[in-house]
Amino acid sequence: MNDPQQAIREKQFEAKIARDEKIEPKDWMPEKYRQTHIRQISQHAHSEVVGMLPEGNWITRAPTLRRKVALLAKVQDEAGHGLYLYAACETLGVSRDELYEQLHSGKAKYSSIFNYPTITWADIGAIGWLVDGAAIINQVPLCNTSYGPYARAMIRVCKEESFHQRQGYEIMMKLANGTPEQKAMAQDALNRWWWPSLMMFGPTDAESVHTEQSMKWKLKRKSNDELRQQFIDQTVPQAELIGLTIPDPDLKWNEARQSYDFGPIDWDEFWQVVKGHGPCNKERMNARVSAWKEGEWVRDAAMCYAEKKAAKKEVV
Amino acid sequence: MKQDLYTYILGIADNNLILGQRLGELCGHGPSLETDIACTNISLDLLGQVRSYYQYAAQLNERLTSEDQIAFMRTEREYLNVLLVEQPNTNFAYTIARQFLYDIFHKLFIQNLQNSTDQTLVAIANKAIKEVSYHQRFSSDWIVRLGDGTDESHEKIQTAIDDLWTYTNELFQLTPNDEQMIKAGKGVNTALFKDTYYAQINSILNEATLATPQSKWFQKGGKEGIHTEHMGYILSDLQYMQRTYPNMEW
Ligand SMILES: [Fe+2]
Ligand SMILES: [Fe+2]
Ligand SMILES: [Fe+2]
Repeated sequence: MNDPQQAIREKQFEAKIARDEKIEPKDWMPEKYRQTHIRQISQHAHSEVVGMLPEGNWITRAPTLRRKVALLAKVQDEAGHGLYLYAACETLGVSRDELYEQLHSGKAKYSSIFNYPTITWADIGAIGWLVDGAAIINQVPLCNTSYGPYARAMIRVCKEESFHQRQGYEIMMKLANGTPEQKAMAQDALNRWWWPSLMMFGPTDAESVHTEQSMKWKLKRKSNDELRQQFIDQTVPQAELIGLTIPDPDLKWNEARQSYDFGPIDWDEFWQVVKGHGPCNKERMNARVSAWKEGEWVRDAAMCYAEKKAAKKEVV
Repeated sequence: MKQDLYTYILGIADNNLILGQRLGELCGHGPSLETDIACTNISLDLLGQVRSYYQYAAQLNERLTSEDQIAFMRTEREYLNVLLVEQPNTNFAYTIARQFLYDIFHKLFIQNLQNSTDQTLVAIANKAIKEVSYHQRFSSDWIVRLGDGTDESHEKIQTAIDDLWTYTNELFQLTPNDEQMIKAGKGVNTALFKDTYYAQINSILNEATLATPQSKWFQKGGKEGIHTEHMGYILSDLQYMQRTYPNMEW
């Protein structure tokens, strides 16, 4: 930072962001900006890809053809999100293979929510409604983030996530209006997914790191606690509308705050899952690693064939 | 006649249902995101076609009167798919070989179904033709890539083709009901393109530097509802919800 040239460039860079102009891959950027973006975008990409697993778990067992087709399409969308996000990340000078390597070695994180099991059909509804719902609240502000490729990817992703959210809610509504067994299945799913969904917004503001810098770069616009509150305020009436009960005895409308008060989050559970000891961390990682390992010969073959073809063209 | 047409439609659509189900198992577990997306896409196309076929069939049957009843509420002996499509995803080579051996047939079949005298079947075929052409291109390209890729991939795809070859002839087996439907102008006479099928396969295998199997020992049974041991497990997953929670809406 002693270099005066560097200081000027950095100032210009920050000013550009402040003016709401986008940073593009070829633009100069501080190393810390690059690293922070690689971390966040890849973490997001990994979440999309790992997120395919708990939902993919129900494709073969979906209860109707219409639901099966919709679930396949949803999981396919998530793969697509992974693809655009890896591509956005690659513009920062890191390869997809390196990013996978970081995921497989446990160096890179992905959203902890996907370390919970999907044990009934209602979990597919709950994931769409709550998990995609929470993801949208986290991600809508990113449509205006400073890094151009990320912002553009997020616009497309958010559109599809809202579709997923509505579809998930519709699954829950159908169950909640169904037989007593179906309603119980929906309530049970809400009971299991509610608290992990609240944890998706991350630790409380008091304990959250990196926030200030991220705000400046528009990687974050609101704090974890603000986003969590927004999610709760939005979701509670949706649960009421279909006659499901949020599993929180302390949940209460606060007239003065015009918001819901809610009970304490079990942060021990949160850290346990983040640190790799959730119910399915091992299964998810094993599934990804073995897909990658078992696919190696396929990727090698594709590369080898492409090289042979290119060589043949040259000869001609 | 209604019942004959119903049975004939199942004979087409059950192939798509079971293959779509098999492809659905792979989601998230494939060798790359791109192949995952492609396999999901094919599964989606096949299941979309299944819905059109079953919706039509449901109008023709007295017992099973909705697409879901037809899809989920039959016993194993009532599924009429060929044995090829129920073969497992042993590895990516088997997935691709199974797809390839089916796709070449499927495209020829759909092309011919476009000339049926049954206008509903023609409409389904007209919509499906673009999809199955894409499937055939996808699986043929992968056959060539794997065959002419590395030594390892060559060996793996050759093994898969050799193993699945025994299920190809059944695609052309005509049941008495099939014969009836052909006579009525609604059904497809697969005998007319059997040579074309094997010629197309042979030409792509050649391009892939793979050997066309010479074995003449073939399996059959699926078209009469006699399946391989895999089928019960496929149906356990497929029917799980409808059997555990009967008579509910989802
Ligand atoms: Fe997402
Ligand atoms: Fe997504
Ligand atoms: Fe989603």
